Amino acid sequence: MSGVTMNEPLVADDAPRASRTLNRPSLPRWTPAALAAASVALGTGIGLGAGLSSRIQWGLIAVLLFIGGTYALAARVEGRRQAKDRLATSLVWVCFVLAVIPLVSLGWETISRGSKVLDGGFLSHSMAGVLTIQPGGGVYHAIIGTLEQVGIATAIAAPIGLLTAVYLVEYGRGRLAKAVTFFVDVMTGIPSIVAGLFILSFWILMLDFGYSGFAGSMALAILMMPVVVRSTEEMLKLVPNELREASLALGVPKWRTILKVVLPTAIGGIATGVMLAVARIAGESAPIVLLVFGSQLINNNPFDGAQSSLPYYIYEQWAAGNEASYDRAWAAALVLIAFVMILNLVARGIARWKAPKGGHR
Amino acid sequence: MEISSATADSPPPPAGGTRPVERTKPAARPGDRIFLALSRGSGILLLVIMAAIAVFLTVRATSALSKNEGNFFTTFEWAANGTPPVFGIAVLAFGTVVSSIIAMLIAVPVALGIALFISHYAPRRLATPLSYVIDLLAAVPSIVYGLWGALFLVPHLGGLYSWFDDYLGWTGILAYHDGAARSLFTIGILLAIMILPIVTSVSREVFLQTPRMNEEAALALGATRWEVIRMSVLPFGRSGVISASMLGLGRALGETMAVATVLSPSFEIGKSLLDPGGGTFAQNIASSFKESGEIGKDALIASGLVLFVLTLLVNGAARMIIARRKEYTA
Repeated sequence: MSGVTMNEPLVADDAPRASRTLNRPSLPRWTPAALAAASVALGTGIGLGAGLSSRIQWGLIAVLLFIGGTYALAARVEGRRQAKDRLATSLVWVCFVLAVIPLVSLGWETISRGSKVLDGGFLSHSMAGVLTIQPGGGVYHAIIGTLEQVGIATAIAAPIGLLTAVYLVEYGRGRLAKAVTFFVDVMTGIPSIVAGLFILSFWILMLDFGYSGFAGSMALAILMMPVVVRSTEEMLKLVPNELREASLALGVPKWRTILKVVLPTAIGGIATGVMLAVARIAGESAPIVLLVFGSQLINNNPFDGAQSSLPYYIYEQWAAGNEASYDRAWAAALVLIAFVMILNLVARGIARWKAPKGGHR
Repeated sequence: MEISSATADSPPPPAGGTRPVERTKPAARPGDRIFLALSRGSGILLLVIMAAIAVFLTVRATSALSKNEGNFFTTFEWAANGTPPVFGIAVLAFGTVVSSIIAMLIAVPVALGIALFISHYAPRRLATPLSYVIDLLAAVPSIVYGLWGALFLVPHLGGLYSWFDDYLGWTGILAYHDGAARSLFTIGILLAIMILPIVTSVSREVFLQTPRMNEEAALALGATRWEVIRMSVLPFGRSGVISASMLGLGRALGETMAVATVLSPSFEIGKSLLDPGGGTFAQNIASSFKESGEIGKDALIASGLVLFVLTLLVNGAARMIIARRKEYTA
């Protein structure tokens, strides 16, 4: 390929020919956009004309037309190599659109179907005395459950995760640190249902405690720990070494250096990491199904008796399988997504606000 | 005295770089000792939890296996609560592996496309918000994907599946006999959407690390953008992409609630992927837990152990690849 391009400068003394090779014919800039519009129109037309019921088929036809059209047109006008380049570009754009479609659809469905029954009453009532086929009822008990379970899980997992990260960054060397690093990574990939089964076999089947919010919290804590460790570790590594050295040189003991210098410097990032971890476990439903068991009633005590939680509530209402319960499931999904997104946004806000400033000025 | 012991403390290791030689004297102060003990203790606790998961699941699983009348690996039946209990994971293993493979086949190429889009194609002003949007996809709880899959995706896939059936039905595996599209293939599509963010974000990171020089050298030779990517970006990122895909695979294997909401399970291996039926490890645990007695729960734990080992292997391999890569790029 380099040979082809090298040939052109060699004939540069032949002025008219050089100008011809330099100004290779190329498609105008608006071509991809026009092609995309045309293929969407054609796809819709074919879909309508052939009576294809599924929109997905329309989309597939449009995509194929777009990719094929781009390649054919570019190959005719610009040559094979440019055509391949355009083919890759259009494929990449198609991939991007493919990824955005489910996100938009999911957001749209949740908001439009969820806002039907979502109001103050929905947020402040439980399902006590409401038959699943009746409209009405609410998520109050599930919100209480989620907040308590996630709160306890955070109270367990955040300190352990933080200390582990401190160990890995500030003290860690040798075999133990390597093993911890590796298993933290592996632990990130534990399926939530396996964490649930572990607590089930240990807490409920062996120690014979009943189903409770606390059992669920322990499983959630297992899922949360590695995430906290990983993000805290990254943040602690960003703290400039000069700060530690300055503090140690002033005679401050190492543990006070860590507590008073290292951690405060990284606190913004650490808080972000913890909140993202909270957002992740707030949506977990598998361990809740195994350990908390679900309930229609308000149970404020996470240590005794079955509770509900938002994800579990969605599952339960979906399983009930009628219009009224579907409405409730969508509304609960909207509440859950809003909760998770707010956590995400706040976390990112903190990250930006408290971003570690560089060690050198 | 105070000062000399503080300076004897070697400075903490710099991030990720070479570490200083062993400290000459261990910290002697009680505060230091307590703090070190606490933080090392938490690290050890994590290891203990991992070990405990393996041990507890194994103990429960062996007690279930000793009562099993069928063959745990080849029996096409899950009657763990019957007398005598008969259960096997053949159908679950098949469903888990097949749905994850479908998910990978869909998600990996698309994720590569998006990663390339963000790293090389998108206008710079678009790239940052885009990667943020992709991260948002990761933040959506799996049960919400399940709800969306069951109530939106399934009704919309029927038409597509009959289309497949018309043209590719002769293959057998793509045959479709009406009915709700709550099949392994639908699960594969849903899982693909769910693992897209992780595969995308890891591959994007790798692509962004491509040495600028390699790309510029290719450009200087007159390469088009695609040729730059094919010659410098993709070879550089290959191992990163492999490990990203395996992380995604780990997620797909263990996904529970989305599968449990969408799939209509059955204990047989159907010939067609588009027809409802089949099951996965995680889905089976969540769906049949409430009706399970003592032995039934142990049997579910046994299947969970298989899932645990499977994800452990996949994730461990992915992390090994990443770690090895880090060693020679750093």
